[in-house]
Amino acid sequence: MKALVLRDLRLAVRAGGGFGLGLAFFLIVVVLVPFGVGPEADILRRIAPGILWVAALLAALLSLDRIFALDFEDGSLPLLATSPLPLEAVALAKAAAHWVTTGLPLTLVAVPLGVLLNLAPEAYAWLLAALALGTPALSLIGTFGAALTVGLRRGGLLLSLLVLPLYVPTLIFGAEAVRRGGEGLAATVPMLMLGGITAGTLAVMPFAAALVLRINLR
Amino acid sequence: MSIWEYANPKKFVESTTPILPWLFALAGLSLVVGLVWGFFFTPDDFRQGSTVKIIYLHVPSALMAINAWLMMLVTSLIWLVRRHHVSALAAKAAAPVGITMTLIALATGAIWGQPMWGTYWAWDPRLTSFLILFLFYLGYVALWEAISDPDTAADLTSVLCIVGSVFALLSRYAVNFWNQGLHQGASLSLDKEENVADVFYQPLLVCIAGFVLLFLALVVLRTRTEIRLRRIRALEMRARRTGVSA
Amino acid sequence: MMPDLGKYADAVLGAYAASIVLLVLIVWLSWRKAVSVRKRLAEVEGRTDG
Repeated sequence: MKALVLRDLRLAVRAGGGFGLGLAFFLIVVVLVPFGVGPEADILRRIAPGILWVAALLAALLSLDRIFALDFEDGSLPLLATSPLPLEAVALAKAAAHWVTTGLPLTLVAVPLGVLLNLAPEAYAWLLAALALGTPALSLIGTFGAALTVGLRRGGLLLSLLVLPLYVPTLIFGAEAVRRGGEGLAATVPMLMLGGITAGTLAVMPFAAALVLRINLR
Repeated sequence: MSIWEYANPKKFVESTTPILPWLFALAGLSLVVGLVWGFFFTPDDFRQGSTVKIIYLHVPSALMAINAWLMMLVTSLIWLVRRHHVSALAAKAAAPVGITMTLIALATGAIWGQPMWGTYWAWDPRLTSFLILFLFYLGYVALWEAISDPDTAADLTSVLCIVGSVFALLSRYAVNFWNQGLHQGASLSLDKEENVADVFYQPLLVCIAGFVLLFLALVVLRTRTEIRLRRIRALEMRARRTGVSA
Repeated sequence: MMPDLGKYADAVLGAYAASIVLLVLIVWLSWRKAVSVRKRLAEVEGRTDG
């Protein structure tokens, strides 16, 4: 399983693996927002948590269809399915690799981008914590979505239609935690809910993804 | 004789053939009675004026929007556990009807919201939840459309329906947490205090019965269509096979 | 016969019109598809039997 994670990481970092693409996309979305809503610092400060979360969501979405697509195309997915490693572990490894290449860098990059959006100083710690806590859920839910659409031509668009509604609770609690943190309110409740979602998806999603993969590989 | 006998597609088509016209007739009758009663013969509410008449469309459609999803969840589970084709096809048949109900609930809610709350759309928990439900319906239908193999499609959409249900419920609570709303409490509950007054209540019950019956009639009709489509597919594949071997 | 809807007439009538249009639409679509599929099935079955 560790070998699988490492292999996926190497594939992602290699040229053309799309590793930097998600980050660049995140950067561009965040830079575009002030052009759209105007440069007033107050407005930007108020919408910054939401913008950062939505941009992170979209950036994570961007690389989802690569999770299984490459393995499916070159035929290594059926091999993985028949290997001694249970398919649930494969799904978990894929989600972990996706998180390390997307969620983790997004979390780190969000802090300097928060400066661009004039994020409240108190909110930075919450932003970092909320993204660190919430992005694994994005990867796990996304792995399920990628498993659903693995065999489909042009599955990418369908994938976003399926996965985005599933991202709603994560987005709400994540952005709410940062917003409350920025306003100096207690943000423990949304943080706990966010943690609950991540823990729940961690427990369930690998099984759901493996179930769906088995159906698709039948 | 058990209920599972109706899981046989042939039996399902045969046994619903005599019922279906009655179902449509009853649905039409109670809808007409309920809506006419509600529209022409109920007084205006002292606060909401004549807009209270929208309740006869809004509440039943909202109820059915949720019930349709629940039905899809149950039939999806039955398909996954017992592999009855009619069950999977009924789930597929119910989704567009559910979408229509959700749209009616959203549209009437928006039209009602304008005079009452001064806005067509507020990011109120109930409204937002319905919008999210609508997105779930769209994803579900899109997945059915995208997959060509019918059994794979049934399996995948069933799993999506179950996972989606969990997240829809979660979204409901998240949205509640995110914004306290303008929406009034339940129109129908066992708690009499909260209920709407009797004059409005009786025609509302008739309307709900009408919506339920219409939903049932449409689902049965659409399920029969899906069964026939499946049979056409099977016959055509057999024809192609024999054509090749001959 | 038309009840007096007061100043909210547009809202009430709009809601009824929108709902009835949507209901008729889904019934009509389901019906049309049912009829066309039934015809196609009869055709295919006739072909294989004959």
